Amino acid sequence: MRVLPVGDSALLVEVSSGDEAQALHAELLRRRAEGSIAVREIVPAARTVLLDGLTDPVRLASELTAADVPPAPPRAGEVVDLPVRYDGPDLADVAALWGVTEQDVARIHAGTEFRVAFCGFAPGFGYLTGLPPQYDVPRRATPRTAVPAGSVALAGPYTGVYPHTSPGGWQLIGSTDAVLWDHARVPAALLSPGTRVRFVPVGTDGQSPVGADRPDTARTDGRGPVGRS
Amino acid sequence: MTDRALAVVRAGGLTTVQDQGRPGHAHLGVPRSGALDAPAAALANRLVGNPPGAAVLETTLNGCAVRPRSTVTVAVAGAPCRVTVDARPVAWGAPVRVPAGAVLDVGAAVRGVRSYVAVSGGIAVEPVLGSRSTDLLSGLGPPPLTDGAVLSLGRVVGPHARVDVAPQPAPPAELVLRVTLGPRDDWFTPDAVRTFTSRTYRVSAAGNRIGLRTEGPSLERARAGELPSEGVVLGAVQVPPDGRPVVFLADHPTTGGYPVLAVVRAADLPAAAQAVPGTPVRFVAVRRR
Repeated sequence: MRVLPVGDSALLVEVSSGDEAQALHAELLRRRAEGSIAVREIVPAARTVLLDGLTDPVRLASELTAADVPPAPPRAGEVVDLPVRYDGPDLADVAALWGVTEQDVARIHAGTEFRVAFCGFAPGFGYLTGLPPQYDVPRRATPRTAVPAGSVALAGPYTGVYPHTSPGGWQLIGSTDAVLWDHARVPAALLSPGTRVRFVPVGTDGQSPVGADRPDTARTDGRGPVGRS
Repeated sequence: MTDRALAVVRAGGLTTVQDQGRPGHAHLGVPRSGALDAPAAALANRLVGNPPGAAVLETTLNGCAVRPRSTVTVAVAGAPCRVTVDARPVAWGAPVRVPAGAVLDVGAAVRGVRSYVAVSGGIAVEPVLGSRSTDLLSGLGPPPLTDGAVLSLGRVVGPHARVDVAPQPAPPAELVLRVTLGPRDDWFTPDAVRTFTSRTYRVSAAGNRIGLRTEGPSLERARAGELPSEGVVLGAVQVPPDGRPVVFLADHPTTGGYPVLAVVRAADLPAAAQAVPGTPVRFVAVRRR
C-alpha cells in the first residue's frame, strides 16, 4: 500500500489490485462511520482510494501506511437485480471477441455476480467488476456520439450501465429499463461503490425470463460463479 | 408586486446558476460544481444580505440582463463590468436597488471572465442533491440561462450591506498558481517537471468550468501506458496526451485516467476563474503545508 499526498488536504492510497481497493474502501467507510476519520469524500477507483477534504492528511498518511486492511472485500450487503435484455448492437462483436455464441455471452454475463468497484464518468455510472480476465474487451475504435440510456456495456474488465443518453465507446451488449439515476429519488444512485449487482435476463416483453440459466448454487455463499481470489 | 422572480432578458454567452456546489457525492460520479470564483460570489451575496449559500448568477465574458418582477437589491461582483438599471449606470461591487419591471444589465467583463450577480433572496430554482448549481459536465442542476426563462427568487432574510464599494482583487494580468507536485509527478521526466514549474504557459480559449486549459511547452512522460482511473481533486493539474496541463475547476470529473502532475492551492483557483484567454500562467512549486 502506497499513500500519496494530493495537494494540501487529500491523500491517494494506492494498492495493487481492484479487490484490494474495494477492501480498503470498505475499511475506510467503516472507520468514517465509527468516527475515527474525518473526511469529506472517499472516492474508490480501479487501484486507489482518494480521501479528500482531510484536516490532517500527514497524520492520517502515517496511520494508513501502518494499517492492516482486511484482504478480501466483504461479500455482505444488498444485491441489486437489474433486468436486462441481451439485445445490444455489439453483442455479436463481443461474442466473437470471447469466442462464444451470443447466447453464451448472455449466459456468462447473467451468471456472474458483479460488484460496483467505483463510480465515475457520469452520476450513477458504476464500474462493475466480476467477469474473469479472459472476458476483457477493448473499447470501440470509434465511440458512439449517443449511447441510449439503459445500455448495458463492456469495456476492459468492466461492465457499466449508461444512466443517461451520452457519448460512449463501450461495447453494448444489452439494455435495461432500470433507472440508474434519479435525483428526485433517495438515494439518487441505484448503484454505489460496493453494491452487488446481478443481471436478470427478461424477454423482449420485459417480463418472462429467457435463456441464460442462472447457477443459483453459486449464490448461497454470496460469491459469483466465476470465482475470484 | 409580490411575484418574486426574475425574467431573463439577455442570457449572455453562458450564464449559470451557482452556489457552493454539491461536494460529498464524488463517489457517485457527481462533480462538486459551484461558483468558480467563490469569494466573488460570497461577496455579492453579502452585499445584498443573502446567506453565503444563496444561489447567484455566474456570467461568462459578456454578462447578462434580467428583469425582476418585484423590487430587489442586487450586487455584481467578480469580473468588473458596466452595470445599468434601465440603461442608467449604477455601481459595480455595491448593493443596488432594482425596481420591479426594470432591466438590470450586467455588461461585458472589462477585465476578467466571470461576474457574479446576487439578488436579494437568492435564485430559488429547485436544488439537486442540496445544490442549485448548474454542472456543465454532468448536466445536474438547472440548465444555463436562456432568453425568456423565468427564475424564482427566495425569501429575503437580511438587510443589504452598508457599503459604497467593496474592495475586490483585480483579475490577474499574470496568473501565478502555487502547486504541490504529485501524486503522479513520477509519470513525467525530470525535464518535464522543470519545464512545468519554470516556463510560462498561456490560458487557452478552450477552457471552461471543467478545466482551465493551457497552451505552452508540452510535458513529456517518463512512462508509457495508461493509468487506471483514479479519483481527482479540485485544482488537480492533469496532463492529457497532448502534454499541455489542464487545471481542474469546479465541474471537473470525479475520476480520471490521465496522470495528475500537481495540485494547485485552493486559494489560487478564484484567480484562475478570472484569467482571460492569453493570460500568462506560471506554476510555482511550493512545499506541502
